[in-house]
Amino acid sequence: MTTVAPAPQDPPQDIQPEDLQIVTSRFHNPQGHTLAAYIQSGGYSGLQRALEMAPAKVHDEVRAASLLGRGGAGFPAGVKWGFCPPQVWPRYLVVNGDESEPGTYKDRLLMERDPHQLIEGCMIACYALGLSQCFLYVRGEMAHAQERLAAALNEAYEAGYVGANVCGSKHFSVDITLHWGAGAYIVGEETALIESLEGNRGMPRLKPPFFPAAIGLYGKPTIVNNVETLSNLPWIIANGGEAFAAMGAESSTGTRVFAVSGHVVNPGVFEVPFGTTTFRDIIFSSRYGGGLRPDRSLKAFIPGGASAPWFYEEHLDLHLEKTAVDKAGSMLGSGAIVVMDDTTNIVAACHNLVRFFARESCGKCTPCREGTSWLEKILSRILAGQGRPQDLDLLLDVCDNISPGIKWPPRQTTICPLGPSAVSPIASALQRFRSEFEAYTP
Amino acid sequence: MARLGPANITLAKEIISRYPVARSALIPLLHLAQEQDGYVTQEAMAHIAELLGITPAEVLGTCSFYEMLKQEPVGEYMVNICHGISCHLLGASELIGHAEKTLGIKAGGTTEDGKFTLEAVECVAACTEAPCLQVNYRYRNKVSLADFDQLVERLRAGTSSIAPHGKLARTRQQIDDERRAGVSPPDGATQAPWLDTNSNSNGDIDNKTIDNKTADNKTTDNKTADNKTGVSP
Repeated sequence: MTTVAPAPQDPPQDIQPEDLQIVTSRFHNPQGHTLAAYIQSGGYSGLQRALEMAPAKVHDEVRAASLLGRGGAGFPAGVKWGFCPPQVWPRYLVVNGDESEPGTYKDRLLMERDPHQLIEGCMIACYALGLSQCFLYVRGEMAHAQERLAAALNEAYEAGYVGANVCGSKHFSVDITLHWGAGAYIVGEETALIESLEGNRGMPRLKPPFFPAAIGLYGKPTIVNNVETLSNLPWIIANGGEAFAAMGAESSTGTRVFAVSGHVVNPGVFEVPFGTTTFRDIIFSSRYGGGLRPDRSLKAFIPGGASAPWFYEEHLDLHLEKTAVDKAGSMLGSGAIVVMDDTTNIVAACHNLVRFFARESCGKCTPCREGTSWLEKILSRILAGQGRPQDLDLLLDVCDNISPGIKWPPRQTTICPLGPSAVSPIASALQRFRSEFEAYTP
Repeated sequence: MARLGPANITLAKEIISRYPVARSALIPLLHLAQEQDGYVTQEAMAHIAELLGITPAEVLGTCSFYEMLKQEPVGEYMVNICHGISCHLLGASELIGHAEKTLGIKAGGTTEDGKFTLEAVECVAACTEAPCLQVNYRYRNKVSLADFDQLVERLRAGTSSIAPHGKLARTRQQIDDERRAGVSPPDGATQAPWLDTNSNSNGDIDNKTIDNKTADNKTTDNKTADNKTGVSP
């Protein structure tokens, strides 16, 4: 069983328990995925409220909420919504449910346990921006999520929340088409997602345009939003953008869902106020990660998915807040915290992460296609005890070709950030644990 | 049977009708072919090309990009052991080694009786349940070595409820014609009608029952799209 949200008998120091659940409020209800349970707990009231407002006003509420995108880049959703060029029609909504960043585990639960919340969020977005069709792209490997969403959509259509004349309105009619992928991490990149949805190989598009809101699906303005981002909308519209912005930190509003995994006693998925909880809380508090296994010490942790540079002991008191984490040289990314204790073989962990990017490189840009597989091969031979002393510098040289300067935020010689992401674990591991690599290379 | 059978042709056409451009249905149709035959046959790819009005080479081009779409027969059960970072930290390598020994094959291989294909796969988003695996994309969490052996025994004995490889969701989306808003073709639409009203309350909720069908431009859009996208009759 996944632990979701804290136990009420152990309230946090400065936050009210009821503040803690926006998107995971139905996770404990085994029937939470059904329309009956959804409506009973206030579901679809956000959509009804939206339909009583002018579409532009709905957009204003989302702006007022300062909702940051929950997919990885953390771009403000209300701002992204504003990038649709005026008078270009139709506009589409594409839901990014292709969650695959190693360590990330939240969108799948949101789709499985509260599919109606996502559907309601989609309809609110469509209404606000005049998006005339929605495509809900679910990762191929998530059969159960596809099932739950299909069942929920069938219910929602029948009850009039999706499809023709939504909630009895005269003019608001939007279909949601459930679509599913077939296994490719890169499809989580929004332009690759669109390519995939058009029936092509999932390779990112050349930028500019930087946002599909300008030119997206079928060359038309397209909003691509993450599952968790959209799942926040029903609450925001029902309670107001200001109420949402009042939660969390000033620059990171509302709540966020984090998955804490790896070497902790109580791995789990936790919804916490965004920006006011620290890494120490979420890893060590008995309400969340429960700390390390007995007699173990912290070696490193990944704060935001495989693409993020690593953090250490000295970063534990940072808040889970976008600006602070960015400034400290990493990112909150997709909300995946992976904890490594002192038993971790750093070279093997580094190889594991790099192998992921090498396998998932789509092959479009040479620095990434060649670079990530070189990195993987070099690390493999180091692990096999056949490394050469100069291999460590060679690793950094290859990194430098993928991401010049090996800086944070990364510069890139590629269309998308996948290649530079492979640089993060190497730069982190070599900087901090170089001696562990040297132990492998005679 | 390698081309899509009659029931699947009907289903394929229904799936195609949900997209403004037929080609968007390509991946769902490839999954349909895989559900029918356990893998995607060349004949099915040619058939899908016909249904979508594209070439078999274009179908292959897309098919070959995605890891889940198999162009050769695989076992009845795809056993995908996750070796993402969280599972790696909690014993994925041991589990994979054990699985190779139990099944007598290397990761990537298929048992001689065609029952099992074993793969080491990238993160499947169950990181707090490490080490985990999927059998035909159904999760098994916190899998110990003994759990794995039990699972294999049950699958061998046929006492598991897991559907053969190719079947993904057991529930499909169904859209009744009268509830359908209609597809929105890229070159056919004007401004979304609900934006275009003088009242403050653009949703225009007017207590009409939801079933009440109102004349809607979108119904015609639907037809235009079908013509445009080259759906075979």
